[in-house]
Amino acid sequence: MTGGAEYTLRLGDDALVLAQRLSEWSARAPDLEEDLALTNIALDLLGQARALLSRAAELEGAGRDEDDLAYLRGEREFRNALIVEQPNGDFARTIARQLLFSSYQLGLYDRLCDSTDDVLAGVAAKAVKEVAYHRDHATEWTLRLGDGTEESHRRMQDAVDWTWPLAAELFEHDALAEQLVREEIAVDARELRPAWEHYVGGVLAEATLERPDTAYAPSGGRRGEHSEALGHMLAVMQSVHRSHPGATW
Amino acid sequence: MSELWEVFVRSRRGLAHQHVGSLHAPDARMALRNARDVYTRREEGVSIWVVPARAITASSPDEKDAFFDPAGDKPYRHPTFYDVPDGVPHL
Repeated sequence: MTGGAEYTLRLGDDALVLAQRLSEWSARAPDLEEDLALTNIALDLLGQARALLSRAAELEGAGRDEDDLAYLRGEREFRNALIVEQPNGDFARTIARQLLFSSYQLGLYDRLCDSTDDVLAGVAAKAVKEVAYHRDHATEWTLRLGDGTEESHRRMQDAVDWTWPLAAELFEHDALAEQLVREEIAVDARELRPAWEHYVGGVLAEATLERPDTAYAPSGGRRGEHSEALGHMLAVMQSVHRSHPGATW
Repeated sequence: MSELWEVFVRSRRGLAHQHVGSLHAPDARMALRNARDVYTRREEGVSIWVVPARAITASSPDEKDAFFDPAGDKPYRHPTFYDVPDGVPHL
């Protein structure tokens, strides 16, 4: 797989896996309004995933399509970051994950709008408005849960503490990305971190939450080394396609 | 904690906001966001109002006769007795 395909797959898998996780809230959210909000976000991400996986398949040039990539790869072939594959946990943990990830993704897409890869630039330009809303939604909930009741504050702080170390992987940079940065296709993710820290730190402070201070930074998703959670999630996500290959509505 | 909000959406610039339904939200900012997610998913609007349902004073069904029936036999209030001259467009 070429560098461009691999990089595009990373972005597409982040969107696809988080879309699947968020859609697990369907009919289970705290109320109907939140049910729609979370599944709307899931659908936005799924739309991004489709465009990105199609592009990855095109760049790969091996005759695969978006469905092959989504439904017929094993977990070691997925290139998403660990943060998006984690189980939803309670509502606070879902919100913490969304705040940290959407804040990263917004910065990323904002920069990718200038990519020399026209498809990446196009996807980013469309998605940047969607993700601005995802971040806003997570921000509003973080403020209310953090600065809410004693219990909501405790659970939101737990959620942030638990999720925080997983965010570090999003800002990793490697040789593959470096090559694409030189071709002005990709973004050096390390450069996104200061603005991310500034935004997320501001939200946590306003929400009366403490910014975790930890050096723990699990990694490996970009190389296909995932947590146990991803295999179980993929089994559900891929079961229909694997049971009925090529089925259409 | 959650209260009921009535949602009004303006579908296009120049038109009036129309009542589209209600929803639950803890406060006005969240009510706006919920309204966006519940009622404008299919390009229904360009502007949203949310109003706490408790802020609305409704006419009572018990007063229906006194309120509305007297208008029933006053057709002269409808502008149907005027001849529209030829050549007057958009009327």
